[in-house]
Amino acid sequence: MPKPAEVTLPSDREVRVTRTFNAPRQLVWDAHNKPDLVRKWQGYDGWDMPVCDMDVRVGGKYKWQWRSREDGKQFGFFGTFTEVNVPSKLVHDQYYDPGDMDFAMPAADPCIVSLELSEKNGVTTLVCNMTFASKEAREDAVSTGMTDGMEHSYTRLDDMLEVAE
Amino acid sequence: MERYGYASSERLDLTFAALADPTRRAILARLATGEATVTELAEPFEMSQPAISKHLKVLERAGLISMDVDAQRRPRKLEPKRLEEAVDWIERYREIFEQNYQRLDALLEELQAKPSKRKRSRKSR
Repeated sequence: MPKPAEVTLPSDREVRVTRTFNAPRQLVWDAHNKPDLVRKWQGYDGWDMPVCDMDVRVGGKYKWQWRSREDGKQFGFFGTFTEVNVPSKLVHDQYYDPGDMDFAMPAADPCIVSLELSEKNGVTTLVCNMTFASKEAREDAVSTGMTDGMEHSYTRLDDMLEVAE
Repeated sequence: MERYGYASSERLDLTFAALADPTRRAILARLATGEATVTELAEPFEMSQPAISKHLKVLERAGLISMDVDAQRRPRKLEPKRLEEAVDWIERYREIFEQNYQRLDALLEELQAKPSKRKRSRKSR
């Protein structure tokens, strides 16, 4: 198994996540860009992803929405791609759409998300850098209600592993 | 469980600001081994006692350390709870990503196994 994700705070408005994957870079890139693949992993336990529209090109838009299997509540993110460099770098802004969730995050302030992929010996290193509008926005981002829904087990992962093996 | 609202967000600001200085981190590391007086804390640093006291005030305001006012030597000691809270917050971020990435691991494995188009696929590792 790859080493767990590492989180660092390069500045007081940033969060950087680093993770390696036992797969070629192109595949990791595809998994971030093809809606059919994105749907399979991006999200939260107990949530489906009914909306995953992505027009991956500079100036292209994307829209992600998740729906709770428990109560049908929805929330999501949307934004515009600002840098697309296949298969190594993807940058987009990210606005939070609270949908019917009862927590509020300053929706006016987008977060800038930059994804960088590099490959060595068949192992891909992913660096995801998020720059928030403010320190407060950075801290609020983790308080979004989905974290409650995520305290669940890794059942979905186990299911997928079984299929894969 | 406590929500990470604005009140605690301000507290986190204080905590992270306090942790941003290497001298203050060294002081915390020293206090992690046991309580110490200002004089003892000043010793390993090329700093005056007032300068150390300033750092201690920042750490106190952030709730990272406390002073025993009853004891004559007024030793400072570590308050681990606040530090844990700061670590907690980062840990939440890590968890969100890690859960996603473990699903991505599974997907990548599935995709790489696919070319064989066989139900019974061998382990690659």
